[in-house]
Amino acid sequence: MTAQEAEGVRTAVPRRPGSGQLPVVGVVAVGGGLGALARHAAAQGWPTAQGGFPWTTFWVNVVGCAVIGVFLVLITEVLTAHRLVRPFFGTGVLGGFTTFSTYAVDLQRLFDAGHPRTALAYLAATPLAALTAVWLAAAATRRVLLRRPR
Amino acid sequence: MNWLVVVAGGMIGAPLRYLTDRAVQSRHDSVFPWGTFVVNAVGCLVLGVLTGAAPGPDLRLFLGTGLCGALTTYSTFSYETLRLAETGAGLAAAVNVAASVSVGLGAAFAGVWLGQAA
Repeated sequence: MTAQEAEGVRTAVPRRPGSGQLPVVGVVAVGGGLGALARHAAAQGWPTAQGGFPWTTFWVNVVGCAVIGVFLVLITEVLTAHRLVRPFFGTGVLGGFTTFSTYAVDLQRLFDAGHPRTALAYLAATPLAALTAVWLAAAATRRVLLRRPR
Repeated sequence: MNWLVVVAGGMIGAPLRYLTDRAVQSRHDSVFPWGTFVVNAVGCLVLGVLTGAAPGPDLRLFLGTGLCGALTTYSTFSYETLRLAETGAGLAAAVNVAASVSVGLGAAFAGVWLGQAA
């Protein structure tokens, strides 16, 4: 972790000298804070019972995947956005909102607490629903906005 | 005031993911999204350690909900998988899903074990 952090800071920043990497990192940070806060609010509003299916994290991830499908098609294929829009909303807000670590650790907890069936259902359902969501959202956005035949 | 701690963690985790992704992606030529794979695996390990070590609620919110939550991502993982599939790299897409999930879960188990041992 420490080596990776250090590496990231050392190589990524001076790679494009003078191209304004700082504003990008800044908007990613602000977006990440907002996304994490929204996820925290969802977890507080709909707490998951111990040993139960983690529905809140499940829906946070599925909704985040659907939104990124619409968003990235929109700003890469339909319109030209300001260069800070993608890092702020895509990398920051949506990246901070969705989470892989909570998914994995909740799985560990479910297995550990003796709920293997719930764990296996959660293990399979999240990637299936997430990938279906991003695929359908991107396809629907293209269909509506680009009027591209299927 | 809990929410401030979460925001602070998210404001560190997200740029850490961005910078790590850039550093990793600039070091290989393959289409495989190694950057996201690495941050997700590392985040699962760290959150596992935290879960095993069971620190106080503030540290859990800062490092767990905020930092690890924002360091890792499901949206970028899904979108990159979709892009692989759309550009004809179906095998890489399938490998990305299988490897991310299994390595993430393995890292979470290893992290909890490490955290409990510490």
